[in-house]
Amino acid sequence: MNVTATAVFIGLFVFITVLGFASARWKAGDLKHLHEWGLGGRRFGAWITWFLIGGDLYTAYTFVAVPALVFGAGALGFFALPYTVLVYPMVFAILPRLWSVAHKHNYVTAADFVRGRYGSPMLGLALALTGIVATMPYIALQLVGIQVVIGGLGFPTHGLVGDLPLLIAFVILAAYTYTSGLRAPAMIAVVKDLLVYVTVIALVVVVPIKMGGFGHIFAAIPKDKLLLPPPTADSTGMMSFYVSLAFGSALALMLYPHAATAVLSANGPNTLRRNCVYLPAYSFVLGLIAVLGYVAYASGIAKLPELAPYFAQYKAQFALPGLMLHFFPSWFVGVGFSAVAIGALVPAAIMSIAAANLFTRNIYREFVRPDCTPERETQVAKLVSLVVKFGALLFVVFLPLTYAIQLQLLGSILILQTLPAVVAGLYTRWFDAKGLLLGWAAGLGWGIWAASLTGFQKSVYPLHLGGMTIPGYIGLYALVLNFAVAIAFTLALRALGKAGMEDATLESDYVG
Amino acid sequence: MSKPSVRPLGWLQVLLLAIPCVAVLIVPFFNRVEPELWGIPFFYWWQMLWVPLSGVFVALVYRTLVVKRGEGER
Repeated sequence: MNVTATAVFIGLFVFITVLGFASARWKAGDLKHLHEWGLGGRRFGAWITWFLIGGDLYTAYTFVAVPALVFGAGALGFFALPYTVLVYPMVFAILPRLWSVAHKHNYVTAADFVRGRYGSPMLGLALALTGIVATMPYIALQLVGIQVVIGGLGFPTHGLVGDLPLLIAFVILAAYTYTSGLRAPAMIAVVKDLLVYVTVIALVVVVPIKMGGFGHIFAAIPKDKLLLPPPTADSTGMMSFYVSLAFGSALALMLYPHAATAVLSANGPNTLRRNCVYLPAYSFVLGLIAVLGYVAYASGIAKLPELAPYFAQYKAQFALPGLMLHFFPSWFVGVGFSAVAIGALVPAAIMSIAAANLFTRNIYREFVRPDCTPERETQVAKLVSLVVKFGALLFVVFLPLTYAIQLQLLGSILILQTLPAVVAGLYTRWFDAKGLLLGWAAGLGWGIWAASLTGFQKSVYPLHLGGMTIPGYIGLYALVLNFAVAIAFTLALRALGKAGMEDATLESDYVG
Repeated sequence: MSKPSVRPLGWLQVLLLAIPCVAVLIVPFFNRVEPELWGIPFFYWWQMLWVPLSGVFVALVYRTLVVKRGEGER
């Protein structure tokens, strides 16, 4: 075991744990209320929102999953960069409208909004369930990140003893989320970012210098990995997949429950908008980390005898931790690994809070106990946040994957199917709730079927269109089907004069 | 309470927001090695370049939308 690194790692972990519990007192509010526990009282200003959204997006996905895909699959893994470039203009254009209508009607989740907009508890239920289930694999991705660095410290990760460190991290996460709500990840996100920036700057400066510059690194990458293969006469190949992954991921991000949580906890729409100007700073870091996947490849660390067993166990996921182990002194490995682990805990906390908000608001209060007190509501949310994390743990145990990024892509296939109800709903009340429900069901059904064709190992579907094969992201194809069904049924219901007209919101509630 | 101190997006704003999106989606255009920059293939530096540029475009739109600074931030 790496004693120095482990000591630093545990030290930093204890520090953020104390911070997590202490944060309950920060900007003190009555934590018995859901919007206090689950949205931090909607009082987060520009800075905290920046850290919180950053904590949402730049997670084990960034540190473990993206470099892993670049390391293993080459240029395709770089889709994460256009994805994060696409996100902010879209958020800027769309989400302030959600903020304004949610603020007016005290909506805590996107499902709250849809329920009010269409007067349909069933549609709210569909959205809530989708959000909760889609979040679990995404949290699972975070747990994989924690698992990889714990393994990298030299702990055994096989068997019952091996699960112990992950379990401890898991319990700590659960405990401070339970007591402090959204304030805990918001405060820890600040520490996390400091650690991440220090680690990434060190990696990006130190390692390429030791390897003779970026030119050398790219020169060592085989040509067929460096670029996407050109399209052939009868197939658009990887290019269409790349574009659809970037575009689909960006659309999905806005719809994840935790994105809504971060967005709605901002103290105003302009706080959000200004954030879209500065958040690309994170994307730049993501790009650098993606390139580190190549650095890991070019340095040949996967073949070193001391690291080869890790690569055998964690496969490409060990690319970034492996670089740290090889190039950093022990104490700094501790810093880097804790950056990865804390960078995974923060979003896992936000995600479980978001899923808990959904369950409480749109399932429990809607269908089980409509007359429950605010205290009871918050109590249920706290318990559900535990259940969701447990569900994520099951994904890690039962769905072994070559690339952890697949967990996020699977979740996104599901969450994308809520787009017509949420995003179209922000602009028009034209759609009928039943049409949207049917579209949602069709999109989900087809999407899950298409993913099952690959044994849930890949998220590409080869669409055949007039002699051409257009491989694309399943989530995006399912969304097209979803829209088509929703439009067809809405048209039919309108023609019959049976389309629902209920709407709890007013045109003037939508600003921006 | 937030005051509606922002104008809705006009076609100019939508266009400005769309430019960085299109720039990183035209894969056939940037899927090549040349011209390299400090040994970095075009594919990589072109997409990285659009990270800060997208921030600039969003900032431009922000300036055209917000009527008075400071208002509507609470």
